[in-house]
This record gives sequence, structure tokens and C-alpha cells, in this order.
Amino acid sequence: MSESSTPKSLARRSLIKGAAAATGVMAFPYVRAAEPITLRYLGTAVNQDKAIADKFKADTGITIQYIPVTTDDVTKRAVTAPNSFDLIDTEYFSLKKILPTGNLLGIDTKRIKNADKITSLFTKGEVAGKKVGDQGTAPKKVMYVASPTAKEFSATPTQFMTLIPTVYNADTLGIRPDLIKRPIESWKELLNPEFKGKTAILNIPSIGIMDAAMVVEASGLYKYPDKGNMTKKEIDLTIKTLIEAKKAGQFRALWKDFNESVNLMASGEVVIQSMWSPAVTAVRTKGIACTFQPLKEGYRAWAAGFGVPKTVTGKKADGVYEFINWFLDGWAGAYLNRQGYYSAVLETAKAKMEAYEWAYWMEGKAATQDIKSPNGDLLAKTGSVRDGGSYEARMGGIACWNAIMDENAYMVQKWNEFVAA
Amino acid sequence: MSSSPRKSGALAWLQATPFALVFLLFLVLPLVLVAAVSTWHASDYELIPAFSAQNYIDVFNGCSNTSEMCVTLKTYLSTFKFCFLVWAITLVIGFMVAYFLAFHVRSVGAQTLLFIVCTVPFWTSNVIRMISWVPLLGRNGVINQGLQGLGLIDTPIEWLLFSNFSVVLAFVHLYTMFMIVPIFNSMMRIDRALIEAARDSGASGWQTVWNVVVPLSRTGIIIGSIFVITIVMGDFVTIGVMGGQQIASVGKIIQVQTSYLQFPMAAANAVILLIITLMMIWGLTRLVDIRKEL
Repeated sequence: MSESSTPKSLARRSLIKGAAAATGVMAFPYVRAAEPITLRYLGTAVNQDKAIADKFKADTGITIQYIPVTTDDVTKRAVTAPNSFDLIDTEYFSLKKILPTGNLLGIDTKRIKNADKITSLFTKGEVAGKKVGDQGTAPKKVMYVASPTAKEFSATPTQFMTLIPTVYNADTLGIRPDLIKRPIESWKELLNPEFKGKTAILNIPSIGIMDAAMVVEASGLYKYPDKGNMTKKEIDLTIKTLIEAKKAGQFRALWKDFNESVNLMASGEVVIQSMWSPAVTAVRTKGIACTFQPLKEGYRAWAAGFGVPKTVTGKKADGVYEFINWFLDGWAGAYLNRQGYYSAVLETAKAKMEAYEWAYWMEGKAATQDIKSPNGDLLAKTGSVRDGGSYEARMGGIACWNAIMDENAYMVQKWNEFVAA
Repeated sequence: MSSSPRKSGALAWLQATPFALVFLLFLVLPLVLVAAVSTWHASDYELIPAFSAQNYIDVFNGCSNTSEMCVTLKTYLSTFKFCFLVWAITLVIGFMVAYFLAFHVRSVGAQTLLFIVCTVPFWTSNVIRMISWVPLLGRNGVINQGLQGLGLIDTPIEWLLFSNFSVVLAFVHLYTMFMIVPIFNSMMRIDRALIEAARDSGASGWQTVWNVVVPLSRTGIIIGSIFVITIVMGDFVTIGVMGGQQIASVGKIIQVQTSYLQFPMAAANAVILLIITLMMIWGLTRLVDIRKEL
């Protein structure tokens, strides 16, 4: 195969492949590759599970080599070193930075078997037919491109997706119910002086500022037209609120790494903080009470997906598509659902989960048996109900999405001010 | 060598060439690039070559305001503070340990063994080492529970962790080693006859240390100081983890900026940090001519 990669030939090549797929020469399931392929998978450690790579290797013979870095570094590498990976697992909000560089190719949905079954949250911004909050970088805004090499998003659905969703969730505050001993209902509790010196906030500026905005809005200080795209004035106000709280000694720490948040919560240094769902699970598997508390103002959602760099060609590119197809095929989805995430194609994941598991994780019903994590740790006893209830209740309660603002540079500068205050 | 100075001169140049090339390629060239990028512009996803001082102006944005100190000055001040505290403490401890090793431990075997003991802090990874401070210093940590158990305090001491104290503690724990080694090295080269002479002339133990040992260990002290100061000036991991991410440092600011792809801004900060650190080292080398003493 020619390695020439002028935009035209690329487009044509994928079209031919698309046509081949459409006429039934489809290669599902792919035959085992003649020579061993290794795919370099760039993403954050949270999403890179050894069990998934092992299972994929057993099913197809293709090796997945994980490159775990932080959320910010995924974006940095995608922009500065696109030939250092074969497959990227990045957050949707990063696309605003990555796509204009031309380092990613639109993914041809004709080559993705379950593309039309991807949840409507991504394709239309709906859960069970109802629109959810779209402040910030909602996936539907950045889901499509007009052609594989386009550097701008398409407002309407097309044949080419920027990312194929892997996992997504709706984040809220994590609390230690045993130490707080009263119901928590609002984001404003994060800055409640009652918890002085016992709270923490995320030190990833683009996400931390959204949590702060939820708090500002919940306290009734200001109502943002779009939390995910603040004006300079709005950024000033949000940071000012944070600085005042920090000077009053509200925060015990700021955290950047998933494990830090687990540590802060498990050790009791902090009783209420920004948290991610697997971190709550990790605290719980230590036998410590921890709740991922649903709040009346709603959730801050995030979503990650697979992207294909333009530098991947030939057999490797086929391998990447094979991996994405395998990922949507159910086994991985079931695995992720059991960790408290949500998978992109619910239908296939359901087929690979036990009925009682599905009822607990997805339908918000009381567990009829003990719920265990994929590696066998006890997560919830018989009779308990998942925080936030069913998929519809939780994802339907999304208030905003992780985002990159137009005033991003200014925001980062102000965030540094907060850290230095 | 002395037979043909010209030939040996050429030979010396030749010998120095490989290392000079390594320096040129991996130190000088990157630094030149950093300096160049610091005058560029950047958008969210690309660097735009330019020649402007805008990044430098932005770094000192608001610094003319006298009522409240700007972020940059505040950050440098906090970094200097840590630098000074850590330098002073590691110097005192490092000097004492080196003195003990050099003058009180007689056998080489025991010296080696004790040296290995000094490297214990480096046996685990940075992150594990720092995370393990939490169960010791934390609110429910060993120290607080111990003090409460003894009835000395009623409520846990909060400033043990995620505070200036814990940052300095972690630095000292780690970097005293960098003081011990060069000071020990200088001390071992002190002619023992000098110390005997001092004693014979009636100097007290303290006078001997102050008037004989300290001046002769000057080189080691300066080299150790350079190590400690340069490490602390550039650090962002220790301050981040031990300060609960709530204490600013220059390194941290640069790290945040690079992770948000604001490379020109980060480069400008790096150039300023480099200049300041070089000035400090230059000042130190004025005190001792290291090349002559070595």
C-alpha cells in the first residue's frame, strides 16, 4: 500500500474501504493478523486496564501497549508528538485543541459495526429522548467532521466521527458520610465553613474551574450563561471566590492525581471534595464509607473516546479499527460498567452482564446479590442501591460538560494565582 | 606532558571535544531554543514564531501594583523562602553528619556502611516516599495520635501536613545527602596534622572546627549549596505533594503552563528562573574559586 498521504488519496482510500464494507466484504471478525501487531495506546491510567488488553490479545492476537499519562499530557502529546502513539484515548473537550492541528483523522463509521448503536447522549445530546445540559464541550458539539481530514467540527451528523466514545460519566462531590453525619444536597457545601480545612478541589484548571462554577452558582452568587465558556469577568469572579475560601483555610489540599484523591479521602484528611467515580469505588474497596453524592444542581459530565492519528496506516490502521470494534462489542463495555463507568454501546454490554448486575448498575435497583468489582472485591452488599440511581436519572441530570474555554490562557493564568494565593 | 606544551594543548582540546559536543547538543542548544520560544506567540494548538517581549511583560503583569504583590513576585518570594530554609538546615545537618563521618568514624568500612545508610531516602520512588508521609504526619497520623494518646494535645495539629513545615521537612529529608557528600569529601582531604597543630597551639574543639575545619571545607560547602539551591529552585513535585498543591512554586507554574500548551509563556518563566538561579550560583562561586580548590 502506498504511504502517500495527500488528503485526497486518504479520503479516497477510506471511501473504497467503506464501500468494500458496505458490499459485505466486511472483515468482522477480523482474521488473526499474520504478523504480530502492537498498538501503542495513549491515554490516562484510569482507563487503561490490564484485563482489557489481555482479553483483546487472547481474542485477536494483537498486543496493546499502554502509555499512561495525565489528562493534560494526552492532549500535549496529541498536539506535539502525533507519531508517538497508534491510538489515542482522550477527553472530548481536548478536541478543540487537537483537531485544528490535523493530527487526528475522522473515523469512518462505515467501518465501525456498532456505530449506529452508540448512545444518543453523544449523537444527539439526549438521554431517553430528553435533552440534557449542554454547557461546556458537550460531545454532540464536537462529534462529527465533514471529511476525515477536516480541521473543523461539523454541526450536523456525518459519516465521520472525531472520537468513538469509550467511557463517560457524570461527576459530583464525594463525601465521607460517616464523618459528615448529615445529608449533603448542594454543591455549595464544598465551601461551607462547617468543613473548614476538610475539603479539597481538583487542581486540573479546566475541570477545577467547572466545579468551582457549580459551587458559585449553587451559592447564588452568580448565574453563568455558559459555565464551560466564561468571560474574563466571570473567570475573575470564580477565582476570587476560590481565593477567599483558600485564604480562610477552607481547603486541606488540592489534588491532581486520581490516587491522591483516594488517599485524602481514605485517610480522613478530607471529608468532602471533587472526586471521580472510580476513586470513590477505590475508597470503598478499602472498607471505608464513601458516597458519590448526587446534588440538586446536577452533575459535571465528561466523556472520553478513541481517536486515530493520521500517522497510522496499513495493517496497524486495520488493527486500530479492529480494537475499536472489539471495544464496542460488549465485553469491554460490561467490564467498564461494572467499575461504575458507562459504556458507549449499552446494548452489547448488557448482553455480557448478569441480569442482577445490569439492574444494579444501570437501572438503579437494589442489588439482589452482592455486587463485586471486576477483580472480585466486594463493592456493594445485597440490598444496596447505586449512588445517583439509574442511568437515565444520572446522565439525565447533567448540568455541564468538561470544557476548554475561549479564554483558556487567561483562565490558566488566574488559576495559578489561586494556587499562589 | 611538559615536554611539548603545544602538542599537549591540541590533545587536551581533542580530549575535551566529546564532552563539549554532548553539552552543546543537549544543554546549550535546548537552552537557546527555550530562549527563542520565549519570544514567540501561541494559540491553543500552535506556536507562532515572532519576536516580542509580550510573554515577559505578561509574567510581570500587575507587579507595579503596590497594594498587593503580583503572583510572580509572591511565587518567587515563596520559592526563595524555601530555598533559604532548606539550604540553612541541610547545611547544618550535612556539616554535622560529614564531620562525624570524617573525624569520628575511623574505619573505611564503617564509613561506607554509614554512607549507605544516608542514601536510604533514595531507595523508594519519589511518589511513594511522599505519600507515606501522610500516615505519619496526617490528622489521624502516627504523630498526632501519639501526642493525643499521651494527653499532650486535645485536637490534632494541622500544620504537620500540607504546610510549609512539611515541604521543608521533605526537602531536608531528601537533599541533606547532597550536602553531606561534598563536605565529607573536602574534610577527608584536610591534613590531620593541621588539626593536631591547632590543638597543640591551645585551640578548643570549637575553635578548631570554626577556624580550621570550616574554612578548609569551604569548597564542599559551596558545591553542596549549589546542589541544594538549584534543586529547590526548580522543584515542583515535592512542593506540590507535600504542600497539598496549595503552595506555589516557580516550577509548578511552568509545569501548569506547559501542560496547557502555553510553551512561550513557560519558556519566558524558565528563562527568568534560569537567570536568577545562575546569578545565585555566580554569587556563590565568587566566595570560593572552585576550580582552584579542587
